[in-house]
Amino acid sequence: MKLLQERAKGRPAGDSLIIRTSVRLLVPFIQLYGLYVIVHGHYSPGGGFQGGVVLGASFILLALAYDLKTSLRYMSEGANVLLGNAGVLIFIGIAVLCALLGGLFLDYAALARLIPMAAEEWRSFGIFLVELGVGLTVMSSMVSLFWDLASGGDMEEGL
Amino acid sequence: MLWIAGSLVVAGMFFFAVGVIGLLRFPDFYTRLHAAGKCDSLAAVLVILGVALYNLADFSLASLLVSLKILAIAVFVFVASPTATHAIAEAALVIGVEPWSKKDQEQ
Repeated sequence: MKLLQERAKGRPAGDSLIIRTSVRLLVPFIQLYGLYVIVHGHYSPGGGFQGGVVLGASFILLALAYDLKTSLRYMSEGANVLLGNAGVLIFIGIAVLCALLGGLFLDYAALARLIPMAAEEWRSFGIFLVELGVGLTVMSSMVSLFWDLASGGDMEEGL
Repeated sequence: MLWIAGSLVVAGMFFFAVGVIGLLRFPDFYTRLHAAGKCDSLAAVLVILGVALYNLADFSLASLLVSLKILAIAVFVFVASPTATHAIAEAALVIGVEPWSKKDQEQ
């Protein structure tokens, strides 16, 4: 017991081979599942918010199992901000594009003037495009909230 | 097929019940974690396998796809659940939770 305790205290917190291996194994599948939830959002349970949370959680898991620097290597701060803003732009851009093309704000059927498809199909597909933006924004906010709260804003060392 | 699926689910329920009894009756943190971690991983996988087989009862490509997705859940539970148990046990060890011993019994 004492020996085990000394050995566990000797290494930095969370530095465990078992946890790291299984996180390394699971993270790609978690991200794939997040994309699946976003893509299936408009005709099954799920959607942009839920998929974005799953995507963001995969990066938070990396930061918890390794450290903040490792998760910054997979998703840099600049790329994170860029993706979040791109998500908002996708949402607003599609909504305003609908209005400019003669429909209402977020009236996807108006997009049929750009790419001819049935109005019903556009209403279904437009939700997917908007959800993509929502997912990117939610992922970016989750990851950046965790980074800032865990490191006190300096991105040096976290939990 | 339905009978196999049903018996798998019932076996899973049995292991869940054993895990709950262990969780209630064992004396300290480590032994309780031992009961909860092992029984829950096995029971969850058995129940999920039962559900996947039940879903295959009317065989078609769509139900095969759904069953494969359910099987993927089983694989991830089998990886994630022991890892979580390990992380909890190690955290308890580091902050110094004392295991149960014979002298605790006498008090």
